[in-house]
Amino acid sequence: MVIIRIKGTVMIETLQKFSPAIVSHKMDLKLEAKTVNAFFGKTQALQNVSLSIEKNHVVAIIGPSGCGKSTFLRCLNRMHEVAGGTMNGTILLDGKDIHENDPVNLRRRVGMVFQKANPFPTMSIFDNVAAGLRLNGMAHNGHIAEIVERSLQQAALWNEVKDSLSKNGMSISGGQQQRLCIARALAVNPEVLLMDEPASALDPIPTAKIEELIYELKKDYTIIIVTHNMQQAARVSDETAFFYLGEIIEFDNTKKIFTAPSIKQTEDYVTGRFG
Amino acid sequence: MHLRKVKEFIIERMIFLSGIMSIIIVALIFIFLLKEGLSIFWRVPISDFLFARNWYPISDPPQFGILPLILGSILVTAGAGVISIPIGIASALFIAEIAPRKTKEVLKAGIELLAAIPSVVIGFIGMVTLGPFIKDLFHLSTGLTALSGSITLAFMAMPTIVSIAEDAITAVPRQYRDAAIAMGATKWQTTWRIVAHAARPGMVAAVMLGIGRVIGETMAVMMVTGNAALIPHSILQPVRTLTATVAAEMGETVQGGEHYAALFAIGIVLFIITFLINGVADIYLHKTKK
Ligand SMILES: Nc1ncnc2c1ncn2[C@@H]1O[C@H](COP(=O)(O)OP(=O)(O)OP(=O)(O)O)[C@@H](O)[C@H]1O
Ligand SMILES: [Mg+2]
Repeated sequence: MVIIRIKGTVMIETLQKFSPAIVSHKMDLKLEAKTVNAFFGKTQALQNVSLSIEKNHVVAIIGPSGCGKSTFLRCLNRMHEVAGGTMNGTILLDGKDIHENDPVNLRRRVGMVFQKANPFPTMSIFDNVAAGLRLNGMAHNGHIAEIVERSLQQAALWNEVKDSLSKNGMSISGGQQQRLCIARALAVNPEVLLMDEPASALDPIPTAKIEELIYELKKDYTIIIVTHNMQQAARVSDETAFFYLGEIIEFDNTKKIFTAPSIKQTEDYVTGRFG
Repeated sequence: MHLRKVKEFIIERMIFLSGIMSIIIVALIFIFLLKEGLSIFWRVPISDFLFARNWYPISDPPQFGILPLILGSILVTAGAGVISIPIGIASALFIAEIAPRKTKEVLKAGIELLAAIPSVVIGFIGMVTLGPFIKDLFHLSTGLTALSGSITLAFMAMPTIVSIAEDAITAVPRQYRDAAIAMGATKWQTTWRIVAHAARPGMVAAVMLGIGRVIGETMAVMMVTGNAALIPHSILQPVRTLTATVAAEMGETVQGGEHYAALFAIGIVLFIITFLINGVADIYLHKTKK
């Protein structure tokens, strides 16, 4: 693992000397995690995790249960500290350390969709999508209805709910609720979207809808998706990171991870021999 | 197999019976109230009973107008509500959402202690400390006023409101807070707009139970409100409530007499008021659940 990281750094540095294109390419990094360690009290959940994510790419995070996938995701929008955890290391968003700024601003730029759909229970479908706008004081710009419609369309939910926007957000099906949560996250126009097993509780059809959606969203957002579903990771992502026991074992092009991984553990995992 | 069915049947019946029992008891109490109280309406028409301005039950001829008592109850209760609801809800939010763990434990213990103080003790403290204080503060001839009653009762409603509302707030699942925080809500926005919103039915129930305690309270109000059965024109005048009237006068009545019946009729009025408040709360709770 250490070797990979060093190899990566060395490669980029060597290439930079020869090709200015790489330099500009590096400028397009949306998110960079550098030697991130995360803890819950004394338990260490992440160890020296380093990962670079390019703009408008979809990165899948895979690995067995408890390996730190959610923890990593929650470090990226500083939700880890909300749950009482601590971390060290550096995380850069557009080259700026996320710990130097207000977490509230960070979370407006880095949206999150949770494993279990969690629409606000006392709000209508419309109000759920508008919630972020209202919280962020963007309500007064008068386009709420427009933004709500656009977000619901992006989340491929508009046609199913357009006649019942005033119904409670909990009154729709699980898959629709999850897409509602995606719409809610999109409404505030984030730059990065973190998705923690967004389809794990869903049937194949809504799952397929969410995957199509990710494909669409890639044009405008940088997406990091945690999934237990290998086919899903293979279908939706550009790069895949394999986590094991709190460490990144391998991070590479998705095709490579699933067809010719360089590390035995990765191969065992993606072929279903363990985990 | 058959035995299990019989067992099942018996258990079901027993649960049904205990459920129906509470309804039967309430019905019996109401019937008893009606039986003892309705006879007053042969002498005094209902409208006079409710809206006449004088309560002179032992003068000759007696006058049974409970308007001053109703207004006294409303004034004291409304005052107590105005004081205890905002403070109670704010304390509940503070304890549930903001206070560090240790502070929280201390505060919760304190609230429970407050709930455990007998009402006569609260009334007594109100009488000897709050009364003189209010008298001096507003330069009144007596400190035993509707305001003193409201403040005293607010202390009695508060523990109920705080502890039930706090439970309701704590019961809001973590995932809704997470959703709000992850969307860039501040701590305050999350608490106020999401958590308090989701806990609203429980908070309404808390307020209703707190106010219920205030309306039914007798001992403390009798001690601190001054007990003057006059139409109040301000919160700084002595008043008398429906409950205090029944408690104070029941001992002097002749069973089956007019005065006796009038006090039972006051009981009916109290019963109906409580019933209406519960009904409103119920309708509200059902509406928000939908
Ligand atoms: N709130 C918490 N308090 C203490 N330890 C925690 C907490 N949440 C997670 N952990 C621990 O941190 C480690 C990583 O957990 P994490 O939730 O990131 O795993 P995961 O890869 O997302 O697993 P899954 O696939 O089951 O969701 C686990 O060993 C877990 O026991
Ligand atoms: Mg997880």
